[in-house]
Amino acid sequence: MLDQILQFVLTGITVGATYALVALGFSIIYNASDVVNFAQGEFVMIGAMSAIAMSAGENGLSPFLALPLAILLTIGVGIMLQRFAIAPAKGASVVTTIIITIGASIFLRGVALLLWGKDIFALPHFSGEQPIHIGNATLLPQNLWVMGGAALLVIGVHWFFNHTHQGKAILACSCNRTAAQLVGINVGKMMMIAYGLSAFLGAMAGLLVTPITFTSYDAGVMLGLKGFSAAILGGFGNPMGAVAGGVLLGLIESLSAGLISSGYKDAIGFIILLLVLFFRPSGLFGKATAERV
Amino acid sequence: MKRLSGFYLLAALVVLLPIIFPDNYYVTVVGVTALLHAILAVGLNLLMGYAGQISLGHAAFFGIGAYTSAILTTRYGWDPWAAIVVGIALTGSIAFLVSRPILRLKGHYLAMATLGLGIIANIVLVQAGDFTGGPDGLGDIPTLSLFGWALDTDLRWYWVMGATMLGTVWIALNIIDSRSGRALRALHGSEVAAEMMGINTTATKTGVFVLAALTASLAGSLFSHQQSFISPDSFSFFFSIELVTMVVLGGMASTYGAVFGAVVLTFLPELLVVFEDFEVMIFGAILMLMMIFLPQGIFVGLQTPFRRRLTRRESPIADTPGE
Amino acid sequence: MTTMKLLEVEELTKSFGGVTAIAGLSFDVPPGNVYSVIGPNGAGKTTLFNMLSGIYQPDEGAIRFQSNDIVGIQPHQVAALGVSRTFQNLQMFFNMSVLDNVMVGCHLRTRTGLLSAALRLPGVKREERESREWARQALAMCSLDRYIGHEAGSLPYGVLKRLEIARALAVQPKLLLMDEPAAGLNDTETMEMQALIRRICEAGITVLLVEHNMGLVMQVSDRILVLDYGSRLAEGTPTEIQKDRKVVEAYLGGEVKYAM
Repeated sequence: MLDQILQFVLTGITVGATYALVALGFSIIYNASDVVNFAQGEFVMIGAMSAIAMSAGENGLSPFLALPLAILLTIGVGIMLQRFAIAPAKGASVVTTIIITIGASIFLRGVALLLWGKDIFALPHFSGEQPIHIGNATLLPQNLWVMGGAALLVIGVHWFFNHTHQGKAILACSCNRTAAQLVGINVGKMMMIAYGLSAFLGAMAGLLVTPITFTSYDAGVMLGLKGFSAAILGGFGNPMGAVAGGVLLGLIESLSAGLISSGYKDAIGFIILLLVLFFRPSGLFGKATAERV
Repeated sequence: MKRLSGFYLLAALVVLLPIIFPDNYYVTVVGVTALLHAILAVGLNLLMGYAGQISLGHAAFFGIGAYTSAILTTRYGWDPWAAIVVGIALTGSIAFLVSRPILRLKGHYLAMATLGLGIIANIVLVQAGDFTGGPDGLGDIPTLSLFGWALDTDLRWYWVMGATMLGTVWIALNIIDSRSGRALRALHGSEVAAEMMGINTTATKTGVFVLAALTASLAGSLFSHQQSFISPDSFSFFFSIELVTMVVLGGMASTYGAVFGAVVLTFLPELLVVFEDFEVMIFGAILMLMMIFLPQGIFVGLQTPFRRRLTRRESPIADTPGE
Repeated sequence: MTTMKLLEVEELTKSFGGVTAIAGLSFDVPPGNVYSVIGPNGAGKTTLFNMLSGIYQPDEGAIRFQSNDIVGIQPHQVAALGVSRTFQNLQMFFNMSVLDNVMVGCHLRTRTGLLSAALRLPGVKREERESREWARQALAMCSLDRYIGHEAGSLPYGVLKRLEIARALAVQPKLLLMDEPAAGLNDTETMEMQALIRRICEAGITVLLVEHNMGLVMQVSDRILVLDYGSRLAEGTPTEIQKDRKVVEAYLGGEVKYAM
């Protein structure tokens, strides 16, 4: 039993690490521009699918070229999303921006469908498929790649926002856009960095996890929703809360799939999310704010 | 009665179409679906457009209605009409129970909570196979009959769906233009000011949430009996998004806009069949472009400049919008 | 004769995370008066209003309106007792017409429920007509007749300020809380506002006023409460306040002369 639980925990952390990266992407964009980007999951899909497409076949590129190109492509999509869909609708209501990004996610999915069809694809494992035994639980090397990669990325993002000029400038934009502009911050550029960074995280998540979970044109939908849940679970707008929320959600799902019912694992995740929203709307790690009248 | 002139126009359109185009696929088949969508959109619009409360899980209530009807009639041999009533009561109770905690939330949080609710409902439909038939769905749902007049042709369904749609629109119009409707719009405009005018905003939100759910439940039951087969796919997250899109496409806070959005979005895939592979992409692009360039929706957006031109000619002396 | 009190505030205290906005404040508002609350920014005036209207709950103390304890009840219940208010930063229903905005104010004076509205039962039409008439009267009182068919979103700021008052008047309040009605108004508009406040008071509605324009406050008030750091610095008639040394020193900052 204990071994089983260890197994569920290891799986949960792997899945949770993916959620954490998506949730982090949500947080960054939300912080920078007050937009909930429902196309966040599509970044994951685009990163994975384009890498697969570029490295496929006899004339395919070597993975060392295909993966960076896939990341760059995804970053490009992220920046275009900001430039051509979010920026023109400046000042729009919450509902409007939600629908714009939902539209963007459907659009990107449609493009993926057109290019790559409905098939399911996988990336090769980065370093073999020889299982590693921990007690009676097993782990694939790729699981370690996911956990380690995600951890490095999270540390990197944390460092970026706390120790670099540009990271702080993005945070300034999120606090007060006009004031940021007045002290000479190029808000437009900061937005592009924020969206690019989010897309980068999405692409990385996609590349890391696709060897295990596979991908298809519509793989981004559920991942996006899970990432959003994780971000809210951790306290929306709190990047490290989002990461914790992601890991937590992964664990909840994996444990409930193993111990309760695999069919209902998603439902259990969402039920816990609803309970958190009802009893602690600011999330597990967020600060409550009072409304000003 | 100037207030209802648009309604009479709509009613005339609904009545005339099948007479002008008898046995036309687009009228009696696609048209019935459009009418069904219009019922759903008009109900959701009360909640979203007028009261300003986003819901990304409306398909759940549509599904509860549909499945209650399907399960009670196929598994327990109930009379379809009784099943519809039970469906409505059940949906209403569920909506009432979840409304309190959910409607305390705002903006993105409300979006997430309603979305979660929709997904949970869908998962239950898929997983509770003993009752719902699981992913394979439920078939052999009997059709309805009205005083011995069996709804066994497309055209008959058209009339029933048309009448229900018109009834829904009529009720929506009545509500919007009343004390309750003003309360709804007021809480959209400023919740705190609405409270200060003596409006119990919590109760008002609950009321409109339940009302929208009831409408969806009725539509779900009709859908069940009309299709005679249902599966969880019809009540997914995507359908919730489609409903939101209908409301937004026509223009929020416009009942006719919601009908318009429902009709356009029902016919669009039919027309896009030609482009088959492009369908998803075009759908997404329309959604995005609409919201960026015409956030008030097509119906309202195109009507406003026209209306403004009219009022400018009349004002500033003509002050009284008489009835 | 002045033992009658419309509003009694007793030992009211409210703090936000360590910062005390209102500290042990007590005062009474007699009926039929224009009672003003003045004080520098951050003195706690808006916090006080938010507590009086049920939006914030006090940490300690009592608020009684016509002897009813209104601490712990919802804003809409406070409104039902006869308290209405306007807001410092406009809280208009910008998605509605001018007439509809004010008709919302008639909410408490009408009964039509969701069901009877949905089916347009008899009686609904009559109530609509009544509401419309009441709304027109409120608009007329605020000299807004000519804007009746406009959309609220299309009106200039000064007009919106008065529209908020018209909406609050449609509630038929016994007490009207006005939060900086003259803020952002030009001289002519301020004069109009002053006259309007007087008219409201003459119509038998007690006015509790928060305002920075001292000329207006001194002209229009029957009594004035001076707040400093959330507690009472002085209270009295305009003449008394103008002579009060504490007020002159602490708040008005040295020598003061009123041009009236």
